[in-house]
Amino acid sequence: MSDKNTELGDDRAPGEEGGGQGVVTGIRGYAIGFLLAALLSVASFYIASTGGLIYGPAIPVALVALAVGQMGVHLVFFLHVTSGPDNTNNVLALAFGVLIVGLVLIGSIWIMGHLNHNLMGAEMVMGAQP
Amino acid sequence: MTSTTADDPHRLGRGDVPMSERGPAPKRIVVAYGFWIFLLSDFVMFAGFFAAYAVLAKETAGGPSGRDIFDLRLVAWETAFLLTSTFACGMAGLASARRNAKWFQLAMTATAIFGAAFLALEIHEFWSLIAEGNGPQRSAFLSAFFALVGCHGVHVTLGLVWLTTMMAQVWAKGFRDDIQRRIACFALFWHALDIIWVALFTTVYLLGSGV
Repeated sequence: MSDKNTELGDDRAPGEEGGGQGVVTGIRGYAIGFLLAALLSVASFYIASTGGLIYGPAIPVALVALAVGQMGVHLVFFLHVTSGPDNTNNVLALAFGVLIVGLVLIGSIWIMGHLNHNLMGAEMVMGAQP
Repeated sequence: MTSTTADDPHRLGRGDVPMSERGPAPKRIVVAYGFWIFLLSDFVMFAGFFAAYAVLAKETAGGPSGRDIFDLRLVAWETAFLLTSTFACGMAGLASARRNAKWFQLAMTATAIFGAAFLALEIHEFWSLIAEGNGPQRSAFLSAFFALVGCHGVHVTLGLVWLTTMMAQVWAKGFRDDIQRRIACFALFWHALDIIWVALFTTVYLLGSGV
């Protein structure tokens, strides 16, 4: 069995580009990704350092949205994750990783937030005693 | 019935050979997939550090908060260096796939220079924080900060070691199949580090220095 990714029935290795592309197409893909990522980064830093552009309380949400967008750009243009059937295994593994990352992050922040809230009451009571 | 896969953009069905008779996947795919799993487990480990930081970010113990110590201009330069480095790494991958040693070494050198520039800025930041008495022992916030950002820095350092190893191996052994698999894994690693940096500069620096 030949080791080319143009072979029918092959899956695609993670990070591997689609088969049979010229070098110009490859460079163009990375260049588009680079420009998009740079644009999103500049937008993030601009929003964070100059307050006036968007509604203040919405800044954290905007920053998170821009970061998620940029991670998507990196996944698509640099790691070549696609929705094609030759990428199913890679995408499923990625989805599981994202699930665990989400559980760890949201779970920790949620639980520790509640704990902090409860402890804050105790601290205030203790502070009032002496 | 003839195969319709030629005009099927998604190659559904993918050829006439049944799944049970296809044999094992090529080593190129098995190796990269295994490394992909490792990277995802690395993301999970980073999620732990991120969670610790998110929980401890406000516990400054009377010391400085992120707003007092973060220099966004420095972080912007770090971001630019790492993004350029990732782009150069992509060029190295293209050159490796076409077995072009000259362009590969050139692109890898650029990757290394920008990666090292990123690392130099990060070391500078850590050094000046510690010199001002804001080291990891100052508060829970700074412990979590140094652990998270330092963990990413260690990854970049190891990546630089790996990078120079790959340059030496291509120089000494040429684009053998196993060397190309290692280059592919390195490219995955380097791109993944940039993804983590995106999460890092957003949650730690941009949200932390909040306007």
